[in-house]
This record gives sequence, structure tokens and C-alpha cells, in this order.
Amino acid sequence: MSNFSVLGRRLPKVNAWAHLTGTARYADDIFLPRMLYGRLLRSTQPHARIKRLDVSRALAHPGVVAIVTGADMPEKMGIMPSTQDETALAVDKVRYVGEPVAAIAALDEDTAYEALSLIDVEYEPLEPIFTIEEALGREDTKIHEDSRRANVFKEVHLAFGDLEGGFAAADLIRDDWSFFEGNTHAPIETHSCVASYDGDGKLTLWTATQVPHYLHRELEKVLKLPRSHIRVIATPNGGAFGGKSDPFGHEFSAALLSLRTKRPVKFTLDREEVFYAHRGRHPVKMHLRTGVKKDGEITAVHFQSYLDGGAYASYGIATTYYTGALMTVTYRIPAYKFDGVRVYTNKPPCGPKRGHGTTQPRYAFECQLDKIATELGLDPIEYRLRVLQPANSRTVNDLRITTMGLGDCLSAVRKATAWDAKRESLPKGKGIGVAGSAYISGAGLPIYWNPMPHSGAEIRIDRGGGVTVMCGTAEIGQGSDNMLASVAAETLGVLPEDVHVVSGDTSLAPVDLGSYSSRVTMMAGNAVKDAAMKLRALLFEAASEKLGVPVERLAAAYRRVYDLKDPVKQLSFVEAANIAEGKHGTLVAAGSYKPPAGIGGSYKGAGVGPTPAYSYQASVAEVSVDLETGTLTVDKITTAHDCGRALNPANVEGQIEGSAYMGYGEIMVEEQIFRGGLHKKPSLLDYKLPTSLDTPELEAILIETNDSEGPYGAKEAGEGPLNSVIPAIANAVFDAIGVRFDETPITAEKILDALGKRDNRGMTKDRIGPDGLGDGKVDRAMRRLTASTDARERKKSGTPAD
Amino acid sequence: MTKSLITLRVNGEAHTVAAEPHHTLLEVLREELGLTGTKHGCELGECGACTVLVDGIPVLACLTLPQQIGMADVTTVEGLANGPELHPLQTAFAEEGAAQCGYCTPGMLLSAKALLDAHPHPTREQMAEAISGNLCRCTGYTSIYEAIASAALKMGASGVERAKPLR
Repeated sequence: MSNFSVLGRRLPKVNAWAHLTGTARYADDIFLPRMLYGRLLRSTQPHARIKRLDVSRALAHPGVVAIVTGADMPEKMGIMPSTQDETALAVDKVRYVGEPVAAIAALDEDTAYEALSLIDVEYEPLEPIFTIEEALGREDTKIHEDSRRANVFKEVHLAFGDLEGGFAAADLIRDDWSFFEGNTHAPIETHSCVASYDGDGKLTLWTATQVPHYLHRELEKVLKLPRSHIRVIATPNGGAFGGKSDPFGHEFSAALLSLRTKRPVKFTLDREEVFYAHRGRHPVKMHLRTGVKKDGEITAVHFQSYLDGGAYASYGIATTYYTGALMTVTYRIPAYKFDGVRVYTNKPPCGPKRGHGTTQPRYAFECQLDKIATELGLDPIEYRLRVLQPANSRTVNDLRITTMGLGDCLSAVRKATAWDAKRESLPKGKGIGVAGSAYISGAGLPIYWNPMPHSGAEIRIDRGGGVTVMCGTAEIGQGSDNMLASVAAETLGVLPEDVHVVSGDTSLAPVDLGSYSSRVTMMAGNAVKDAAMKLRALLFEAASEKLGVPVERLAAAYRRVYDLKDPVKQLSFVEAANIAEGKHGTLVAAGSYKPPAGIGGSYKGAGVGPTPAYSYQASVAEVSVDLETGTLTVDKITTAHDCGRALNPANVEGQIEGSAYMGYGEIMVEEQIFRGGLHKKPSLLDYKLPTSLDTPELEAILIETNDSEGPYGAKEAGEGPLNSVIPAIANAVFDAIGVRFDETPITAEKILDALGKRDNRGMTKDRIGPDGLGDGKVDRAMRRLTASTDARERKKSGTPAD
Repeated sequence: MTKSLITLRVNGEAHTVAAEPHHTLLEVLREELGLTGTKHGCELGECGACTVLVDGIPVLACLTLPQQIGMADVTTVEGLANGPELHPLQTAFAEEGAAQCGYCTPGMLLSAKALLDAHPHPTREQMAEAISGNLCRCTGYTSIYEAIASAALKMGASGVERAKPLR
């Protein structure tokens, strides 16, 4: 079927053996001679001024070696250069319960822990702010003093096409409010790092991070140590999902304590601390107004999102844009307006979780499309197929689309689930629902705007036929090491097991921007292919001369270079490599990748949304609702995913299934929620993750559209398939019991409430969800905000599209 | 705190180490014996990452004190292979892509081993029950079931391991 020797096959991952024998070295598995153990003192207050911080008693405690506080690292830092509002340890003020305040290094962990209670902190409590509404309305209390308006972190207002005309032409206009609850990544590995400052004046930091390059930059800035003297090594992440893609206080603390003590220092967060480190899914309130013609054709969409950002920026500026940017890439939308507002609250910072910023609006949109289909009497799959955004097109907000497999995905899940038969025949309490979605294969623009590659790779071929691939990617369990080895092996004609991968090391490997935005297969894959093609040319040139066969007739596979016409004419890979090295010198090549120009618009804010290629997916959920207990059971989730090409089908299916699992958890049970600033469930007993007994049957279907932008046609697989699962379940619940859930999670309590069985009054509801942003006062504040900024935006930019 | 001498039998080898009496089996395995294949995810018995076998029964090493188990046989992921030969579960997990980040994998493998030792041909329900104490955040468990089923098939076919009676 294919001409590949490596790609498209269900080969074990090259790093599987380390995982399966217990030899993979995660950060917490590193023990160095003379190593000290670190612990963080965390804030007990949601919002307070630090009046006094005295570490002298703790420092005098036997076994304590050093302590650092915010005063030792006052430099502002953060992942996004334009919104750095955080310090490694709190300076002057704390903004959430759990914010790191001081860091101790001691001879052992028990001592470090004991000494925490000997640090004297006196707080002067300030008025805390916990909700979006309070944050928007309270001019008198500022979480960050430099917020221009109340506690607004970022406002975005974008408009494209003729919105008024679109709504005027509509036969049906729907207005829906919805709320997506916040939740967290909960990787099984807690954050961990080891810093070691050697006698040679160089600092090495091994850490469970998704972004070694950005951390490298921030370490230089905060520690005032030249980047050339710092080496960051991303250890294999024991799960990350976006939760390890910010620079964290414990990483700076380990580094500084190692600088001070000249000893290795390890920090490993405990489970409770991971809930404070957070950077998870933003809680978002959303208003969505969509106009359609009688046949369902969309005429205009106006989307408003209000993001609860928590105490700091994290990726918030990108998250805010992402809530609006990708609404247009699935279905034809001729006019689109987006208003996004992210606010500060006194809770752990929210950030990127799998599906970054697109999960919440996708939920709102796909649930609303289901309502529109119902009102128009259309089958939800049929309806979506009718309004698909075409392949090789540009959206109204100027995003370039290449391959577009959403139609194939919808058709595949329709067939696989016997949708048409089930839609007709299911009894009350049983339901089937569908949703589509999309995601980027890497952000089109880097976090730091510069002309350098987004990903670089180096390959070296040794005299024994070994191939070493060096690339700055972080292996977070998504299979990036295996992807690098597979693409290199396919291109050079060896086997993945012949490839030695050096990844995530800022000293040994060229920069890759990191494992975020599902960018690694697209960008690092293209970079490593670029490097491998250069070496292949040298091997083929050598083989051509030796075999007397023109280069165009040569191919490489299974450790051989051979004549396509007469495969008996062949050289072993080692022979070809040795001849090539004799002719050209040491066989080393570098490759790099940068997304193409012209994939997005030029308006302010156009930087978020473009990608070399979008992935598409559709899910069908089949559910049962117990009408007496309100228990929702998801019987099966079937997801078809357009991955461009499955470089390793088993691994792509694993990403689809894992995404379905995580989406299932988000709509069923997971919530990062607070009472008076205190996390309500900072443990895995209380913050329930679906176990094997909870998780429904998951089916993954691969759709291959072979995108010319991707390495060998591949697009992303790690994030998009989460997005379609959540609205598919909500839509299936409507099919089962006739109740719309415009709010996550869907708990038994809420179902009973809707069914009128929560109390004796018997009041039923046809929808659960918010009716607006809050009380009248907030509404007024919001209207003012929107009105004034609308005027500002209009003045500044006019209407960018057309 | 004073350390005391503890003798443990781990993966068929007896080890005597000095450890503080409140330190858990997890800490002793990782920090005193260098067996870092056993993972910590919560140290509160919530996640199952630290699962080891004690006399063939899965236990959470983070909730077990070495003194409780005396000279019972402890099996960690490092002791799963038979010398250079991988256990069929290890091979099957690799083939089915059942380890993504790999962090829950050591505990998952040992829970699966205990299952197959007791039930050489488990049903899907028995598999789900057996690994229900091991949280996996990556896979959705599907590929793990496939791996256990595949290993069961291979073990049945080759007779590598016979079912042991439940204790």
C-alpha cells in the first residue's frame, strides 16, 4: 500500500524499552552526590501583602543549608515576553493560596519539610477576588496594580466581514450563554527538577519541562547568569498535557540554591502542590450569537469569552486569542466578531491545557450547532456536512486552510456507530450525539518574534552505521523521540532502533521551541527530515558512483541503498556511509523548519490562529442516563481524526484515545474549584480522575489527508481529538433526556435538578447553564467596557477583513 | 531520627539497609536501593504509580512500611524480566503502545502481572478491575487492555508462566 519502510507501521516506540524496564530516568530519579533537598513555603493567603518574612529561625535549624526568598530573585519572569508579571518567589505580595514564598535546601527532605514551619511570615490580608464578575467590577481592588481597568488582564476585539448584514439576512438567530469549568492536567508525575552548579561555573538543570528553550531564556534573566553558562535538560516528562510549559518557581529556586551552595539541589513537588502550580484549563463564560438561513447556512457569528485567568499571566494572552481564533476553520462563516476578556483572580494561574483555549469555545459552538440543527429539523451530522469550510481556502479571519478532513471524519463516525439507525430508535434515557472540531499543528508564530527557525535538528552518521539525531524537543509521552527516530530512519533507510535520539538538551541539541501547541511532528519532523535529506543526498551520491546507477533510481530502506530497477545492485548503509565520509568528511547535517509565510492575516492579533495545517476530528458519544439517580454513563466514544498521515498508527490512536479519555474526565467530573480561595480538592482522592472502571469504550479511526506541509504528510494528533469529545457527550445527553447542558461538568446532581428530582417540588428544566455574566452591576460594567473598546478598535483598525 | 537496619528481599536478592523507621517501602526502594523504576505520584495511596508485588500481591509501596513485610518477596519493575528476557507483558506493552509517558507503567505492569498469575485468560472486566487502582493519564486504558490480552495469549501459547493459586 505504501512505499514506506518505517512510517505507517505499528512499530514499538524507540524509548518503550526504557519505560517498560524501569530504566527511564525521570527528574525525580536523579540522585547526585552531595545533593540537597528543597521544599517551598507556600502562601496561606489568597491576597495579602507580605509585611514580614524572617527566615533566621529556619536557617538555624540543624540540617538546613540555605534559604532563598523573593528578594533574591526580584526579576519579573513568565512564558510570554509581553506579559511577564510573575516572580520566581513572591515579592511583597501574594496572589493565591499556594504561591511559593520561600525555598529551603536541606540535607534531607524531612529536615527541609520541618524547617518550613520555622519561617516566620506576617501577612496583611487584602480583599480577595475570586470570580470573573468581581474581577470585572472591582475598580477598588487590584490584584496587579498596573491593570488599567479593574482586574482586566487582556481584552481582544476583532471583527471580520459584514456582521450586521449577516444577522439581518438570518432566518434564525440563536443566543446562548455557556460556562466551561476550569480543570487541571494532573499528570501522574509531579513536577521535579535537579539543579547542579559545577566548579567550572556552569549550571545544569534537569527538569520535567515541556519548554527547555524558554526556560533557558528565563533562567538567564532571573539568575543573571549568561545563557551560555546554563544547560537545561528536559527529562522525560511523566505526563504534562500543558502543565509543564511555564517556567516555575521551584526551577529557579533549585538553580539559585545550587549557585549559592555549590551543591546539587532537587525539588520534587508533592501532589497537593501540583494543584497550585496548575496553569490548567481556564474557566470561561461565553456568549455565542449565531445567525443561520433556513437551510442552516451560517450568516454571522458573534462570540464573547470571559476567561478567569487566576493570579498571573502564564500563556493568557494567547489563550484569550485562541478562544476566538479557531471558531472559523470548521464551518463556513462569512462574518465573525470576537470579543475576549481575561481577568485576574486570586487563584492559581490558569494556562494551556491540551486544546489550549479552543476547547471551551468549541464546546459552546458545537452545542449551539446541535440546537440549530434541532430547530431546523436537520440531522446533526447531515447539517455539519452541509456547511463545511472547504479545503484549500481562507477563513473570514484570514486563516489559510490546506487539507480539511472534517467531512471524512463525520462520515466515518456516522458509519462506525450506525448513527442513522440509532438516532431513530433509542429509548428515553439513551442518547447519541456528535461534534466536530479542529486544532493547529503548531503555532504559526513563535513566542519571541524573530526570524530564526522554530525547530532545528542535527544528524550525525557514525562509521558503524549508527545515526544520532539531536533536537531540542521535549519528550512528554506524546512520542516525540520516536517520531524523530522514525522520520530520520525512513529518510535515511535505516531502522528506528538504529537511531540514537538526544532531545531536550539545550547544550547538545539545536533549539526546538518546545512541546506545546501540537507543533512537534509538524516542525521538528520537518527539521529532522530536512537534515536527513541532506545526508541522504551524500549517501546516494556515493552509492551512485560505486554502483554505477543514476541517483534518481536509488532508494534506501532496511539498512541498504539499492537500485529501484534492479534491487540486487545494492550497498549496505554502512558501506554507503563510509564511502560518503571518505568523500565529504564527517557526516553531519543540520536541518531547520519555519512555518511558511502568508498563512495568516496582518491585523493586530493575527498572530494567534495560523498554523501550517489544521487537524480535524469528529466524535460520536453514546450515553445512558439513569432517570432515577441522574447517573450519566458514557457507553462509547468514537472519534475519527484527520492526522494528515499516521507516521505510527498505534501512537496516533493512542493520542486519540488519550484525548477522548481526558475530554471525558472534563465533562464528567473534573473541576478545579475553590472555596474562599482554598482549593476544594487538592488531592487525587478528591479531584477524581477517571479510572479503568469509569472510562468508556474508546474507538479511534484514522483519516489520512496527506498534507503537503507536514513531514511525509503528517499533521497533529495530540490535542484536537479532545475538543470534539466534550460537546459530543453534551449533545448525546440532550438526545437521551431532552436537557441542554450549557455548563460543565455534567454531574448527577445537575441531571436530577433538570429532571425535577433533586427535591420535592418537581420543577423540571430544559437547560442547565448560566443566563448571563452576573448581576446587573457587572452587566453594566461589561457593556461600558465593550462599548468603549469597540469604539477604540474601530478607530484603530477599521474592519480588517475584505 | 535514628536509622535502623532493615533487611528486604527484593527481586530475589536480600538487601540490608539503614533507614528511618517511618520511611516507606517506596522511599527505601528508591532512595536506599536505587530502584527508581517504582514511581511516586502522590504518596497518599491515590494513584497506584508505586505498585509493587509483595509475595505476588499488588501493594502500594507508598503506604507500606518495610517493617510490615519482613522477608516477603518484593517484586519491582526491575525484577519483572527474567534476566535478559523480557516478561511477555513488557513486550506486549511496547507492541501495543500501552506506555505513553511511561510513568504509570511500572505499577501498571505489576498489577497486570498479578492478574495474569491469578487469571491466565482474563476478561475485559477482570482487566479493568485489576488495574482500577492504577491511574493512567495518557492512554485511556484501551491499549493497556490490548497489551494484557496479547500477553495472556502469548503466555498461554508458550507456557512461559503457569497460573499460581490465589493466596
